[in-house]
Order: sequence, then structure tokens, then C-alpha cells
Amino acid sequence: MMKEMTTAATELKTKELTISMGPQHPATHGVLRLVLDLDGETVIKCTPHVGYLHRGTEKLAENRTYISALPLMDRLDYISSMSNDVGYCVAVERLFGIEAPERAKYIRTIMSEMTRISSHIIGVATHALDIGAMTLFLYSFRDRELLLDLFEMTCGARLTVSYPRIGGVRNDVSQEFLDKLYDFTEGFPKIIEEQYETLIDQNRIWLQRTKGIGVISAEEAINWGLTGPTLRGSGVPYDVRKYAPYDAYDKVEFDVPVGKNGDVYDRYKCRMEELRQSNKIIRQCIEKLPAGPVMAPDAPKFTLPPKDKVLSDMESLIHQFVLITKGPIAAPEGEIYVATEVPKGELGFYIISDGSGRPYRLRLRAPSFVHVSVLPRLCEGAILPDVIANIGTIDIVLGECDR
Amino acid sequence: MEPKEIAEIIRDRYPAEVKEIKEFRGQVSVIVKKDRIKEIMKYLHDAPELYFDYIEDLCGVDYLGRKEPRFEVVYHLYSIRHRHIIRIKAEVPEDDCAIDSVTDIWAGANWHERECYDLFGIAFNGHPDLRRILLPEDWEGHPLRKDYPLKADLGEMEWKGYKEVLETAKRNKQYEA
Repeated sequence: MMKEMTTAATELKTKELTISMGPQHPATHGVLRLVLDLDGETVIKCTPHVGYLHRGTEKLAENRTYISALPLMDRLDYISSMSNDVGYCVAVERLFGIEAPERAKYIRTIMSEMTRISSHIIGVATHALDIGAMTLFLYSFRDRELLLDLFEMTCGARLTVSYPRIGGVRNDVSQEFLDKLYDFTEGFPKIIEEQYETLIDQNRIWLQRTKGIGVISAEEAINWGLTGPTLRGSGVPYDVRKYAPYDAYDKVEFDVPVGKNGDVYDRYKCRMEELRQSNKIIRQCIEKLPAGPVMAPDAPKFTLPPKDKVLSDMESLIHQFVLITKGPIAAPEGEIYVATEVPKGELGFYIISDGSGRPYRLRLRAPSFVHVSVLPRLCEGAILPDVIANIGTIDIVLGECDR
Repeated sequence: MEPKEIAEIIRDRYPAEVKEIKEFRGQVSVIVKKDRIKEIMKYLHDAPELYFDYIEDLCGVDYLGRKEPRFEVVYHLYSIRHRHIIRIKAEVPEDDCAIDSVTDIWAGANWHERECYDLFGIAFNGHPDLRRILLPEDWEGHPLRKDYPLKADLGEMEWKGYKEVLETAKRNKQYEA
């Protein structure tokens, strides 16, 4: 009997197995499909397939006016739409050579940082959910809800906000909004410490599944074009907010947290620390918020006039009509690349203008697209459960990846 | 280093390759011929005073009817060590629609090049895995070209994946109450 069993074991044949993970899979954060070649549990080859959400944003934008292309940007990274809009507006403002008023810049900075908080807590929470820590997910959605309510209070929308405008923001924020947000920032650092970090920082399963997994060195990470917390986890302090400040980022104080080992755990730590820094930025912005208009008053050929003027003043009505139907007729000819730091990394807008009211070419450099491309590098040679950890750690949104 | 100085360095080193240097709102573009693009890129990556270690972006542009040659491949390079940026534009004609790949200099260029191939039909010589990326493998045409319509009734030319979906929907209609 014993002898039979040993012969059976030696004759046991193994072969490589190819499995398709996704596009419908709870741990792929959207419609990402990975074709994995497995030898036992080891991943030999990983081939990502993207494009399931391709909507042709770049082509659509070429056929729209600058103002009407704005809502398309909401739908890139749909959980941080405010940052995308801010990025687009900053890029177009620089192309036109106009400047948003100070108050609008501060408001946009506040909004971007609120988005960063809500995106990072979703990112970390779903990441934790994928590898076995469920409670964080429930807590983080509770806190994100507060932020979404604040968005709703300001602009009426919770997700696809379209709140920033070329040359400022759509409307001023209320005092109630500022008070509520300030209250939120008072208690948030405590929530991070007591409710997020204690839940998973000492969790042995979490530590074993994140420490030393998906390691990428600083040089390699730069070579792959990684940005955002995914790059900073490897110890590179590259942050567009510091390297090429826009809006009010040069007027507030904050640190750029970096990791050391470049593994899943360090990237998670970076995101947690960024939550605190964003909290700090929001508080500074509210304290320093200057009074004044929220739309550039001296650029009527590029920015929408205030609504009450449109209804009473002939010239404003004409400007509004032309801007919406034809786009700005005085757009300069030229090209510009503007990068902004969105929660996922560096979102770049490369706009070529031919002087008409529509962009001749609008290119979106999406961080998630680059981050998915590094998955084979992180996964090959690792075991199958680490693939899930690696997908979580690069924090992707497929709407942005596929555009 | 100022982008203008970088452009001058490139022109001094490759006088025959650089066609034009343009500036708009402080950003400088260097327009080059495509033949020795890889050599130029390698130099930009390796030279210690330039050290462009990070490729921010790579994309195609179609200038149909506005300019000859028709296409341009645009590289945005950034140096994290020196904090400077430069834009390189390589001209690609329609009849020889290919350019050397820079994937072995920057690994991050891999998917950008695939996307450029997918949406513009510009081939990248020496690319390890040049396939369509955002569109299905059997898609016809390159949508970001200017002669590709935004909206059209394609009739028989319609993508066959879409036709299958329509047929399935028609078949499933009978099960509706």
C-alpha cells in the first residue's frame, strides 16, 4: 500500500496553467483582466488586458469646446473627479494665459485635498478588504460620506462634480461649508490613528501580506514612470505639488512622506501619512482663505460671466453664448503640458491649440495607465495571492486607465 | 537647467537632426528628425548634466492637411534629479509610419507606445510587444487620426464584436415578458 502511494506521487504530472483573472473579479478594482500563467501557485507570466472602459475621451474632447470638455474629465478617475477638473482648468488657464483669483485658488486647493482624502481612504480600504481586513472598509466609507456631503453642499453633485471652471470656480463656498469642514479636520487625525491604523497596523495577517511584497527600487520605479504614493513608497520625494506648484500649494506648508523599502507596506504608510498632510493643508487653506471674487474678472473672452449679468447685460449674454457654442474665439495658438498631482499620481494634460475654440489635440497622461503597466514587473515570480496585494497597492481606477 | 539651454545643448550636439526650436509660455519644444531619435534619447537619458530619468508622457499627434510630415511623436522628459523638463517632437511621415522604440531606455514608454500604435497607427521598431491596447485586437482603423470620424454609420464595416452584441440582444428579446 505504502509503495503504491509513493509511485503515484512520483508519477504525478504537473503542468503550467493559464487562468484569466477578471474582467469580472471583486479584487481587480474595476474591469481589469489579467491573464496569468501559473506554475503551481507561482506566477510565471502576467499579461494585463485593459480597454474595457475606453470611451474615447481624447477624441471626444477634440470635438468639443474647452468649456464643454470639462465634464469629460469628471469621468476619468470617477472617485476623485474634483482633482481631474482642477488639473484640466489649470492646464487651460495656462494655455490661455489667464489667472484664477486668489480665493478660487484656495478653494480649489481645499477641494483637491478633500478629494485626496476620500480617494486614499477608499484606496487603502478596498486594498485591505481584498487581503482580509474588512472593518476598515466600513469605517472609511462612513468618513468619505461626510466629504461627499460637503461636495454636495457646494455644487449639488457628489461624484461627477464639474465644479472648477476655467478661470476660477463655479460659485463661492458658504460659511457653513467651511465650518463643517473645519470641524471634520479637527477630529480626522484622531480617526486615522485610532480607527484606521490600530485596526491594521498591528494585524499580523496584514503585516505578513504587505511587508516585503511587490518590492520595487527607486531607480526602477522612476524608469517605469510611476508617480504619486506608488513612487514615493520607494523613497523618491517626487510630488508635483512641490516640484511645480499650482493653485495655492506654494502658500501652504506640508511634507511629502516617503517610504524606504518600496514594498506594499511602505506605499500604504505613505498614503496614511498623506491623509494627515492633506488634513493639514485643508486647515491652513481655511485659515488663510482670502476674500474676493471666485472667477477671473478681467478675462471676459475666456471665462463665463456671472449668471445675473447674463440675464441683465447684453454684452455678457453674447460672451456666454459664444463661449458655449463656439468656444473662446481669442484662444492663442500653441501647446502646453501641465502636470497636476491627483491622488493616484501625476495627471498630465498636453493641449495643442490651433487658435480655434476647440483643442486641436488633448492628451491625457493618466497615472493609472502607467501603474497597470508595471503589474507584470511586480507579479512575475510572486505567488498568486500577492497579485491581489499588488493590484491594491498601485491604487488604480480603470476609468482613468482606459480613458 | 532652463529648457532653452537644454534645447541649445541638443542642437549643438545634433545640428543635422534638430529642425526647429519653439517656445510657448516658457515651455520649449525641440523638433527633430526621426532617424536618430533613439540615439538622441539615449544621450538625454545618460548625460549626467541632463539626466532625464523619467518619461512623463509619450503621445502622437496628427496634423492632417496642416503640415508635412503628417504625424509627430511627442516625448515629455523630466529629470527628477535636476528638476528640468524638455519636450522632444519627432516627425513621422505617413508613407513610412514607423519610429524607433525607446522602451529599452525607459520601461515606462512601453504602454504609451502601444497606445500610440493603437490610436494613430504609428509603428515602433524594436518594441517588445506591439499590440493594440485600448481597442480590441480585430478593430479596424486608428481612431485618433483626424480622418477617422467621431460618429458615423459604418454599416457593413461595423466592428464584428458589436454586431454580435446586437444579434444576442435581438435573440434575447423573445425571453422578455
